Amino acid sequence: MTIGVVVFPGSNCDRDVRWATEGCLGVPTRFLWHEERDLTGLDAVIIPGGFSYGDYLRCGAIARFAPILQEVAAFVERGGRVLGICNGFQVLTEMGLLPGALTRNEKLHFLCEDTPLQVSPGHCQWLQGYGDGETIRLPIAHGEGRYQVDPSQLQQLEDSRCVVLRYQANPNGSVGAVAGLTNPAGTVLGLMPHPERACDPATGGLDGHRLLASLLG
Amino acid sequence: MPVYSARVLVSLRPSVLDPAGEATRSAASRLGVEGIAKLRIGKAVELEIEAPDLDTARERLSLLSDRLLANPVIENWTLELAANGQAHGTSSPVGEG
Repeated sequence: MTIGVVVFPGSNCDRDVRWATEGCLGVPTRFLWHEERDLTGLDAVIIPGGFSYGDYLRCGAIARFAPILQEVAAFVERGGRVLGICNGFQVLTEMGLLPGALTRNEKLHFLCEDTPLQVSPGHCQWLQGYGDGETIRLPIAHGEGRYQVDPSQLQQLEDSRCVVLRYQANPNGSVGAVAGLTNPAGTVLGLMPHPERACDPATGGLDGHRLLASLLG
Repeated sequence: MPVYSARVLVSLRPSVLDPAGEATRSAASRLGVEGIAKLRIGKAVELEIEAPDLDTARERLSLLSDRLLANPVIENWTLELAANGQAHGTSSPVGEG
């Protein structure tokens, strides 16, 4: 089991993710610079939070064209597991691996707080460590996390059980209170909250630990 | 090869909330400018492109607008295109996405 963590110019949660996967879970982890193309030997890829390419144009819009992400798209095609956290979720929507878009928070504020979430794991491979309907607490830290998709597409996502994480208090005004989505195969998870910041009781609890630990199961 | 100048206007789709536009509208009212019923913020991208002809330029810029400059999930775009030296959008049809 080896994990790759994508690093763009402007990523700022890459080392936090590695600390969680390698330090807390003991999973060998390597960084993948955005200009690389080699995913050999990786069992999963994590696209971390931050401000890839300065978030110029739109969050994730420029990252989408990075050489490493062309390989990540092919990796998903082959059934590889990919986790996009915060900016990583924005990148996954810009790539079209997950539908919809993340837009400016309803009340404009950058939100940095712990928030309660309801988990509906369904077929999502990353969430099998949680019970259906379980409430967990994870930190959020974003200015552009308001999920947006048209109502018919939201209904499709609901019907196919792809909405796997939902805000209980909907701090950013997302449609359907969507905090995290999976793909029909259950291999890709995009979420605005930061599970890597909740992997140690000393720094924000353990509710994110099971998400990353699903890699070991 | 001829050079064309273009402007791509990117705006949020009408169904998408624009909280920054709403905040700016409130500020307009505090400034004392009354009567603004709608204020939506978009982007204007100015470009110059070398292309064999106007149609090719339009085709390339349409691809660029659709795939990079705008995200069709939340945004619409319009293209104003003219041969250099001509006014934008007056002598050429306007593309829309």
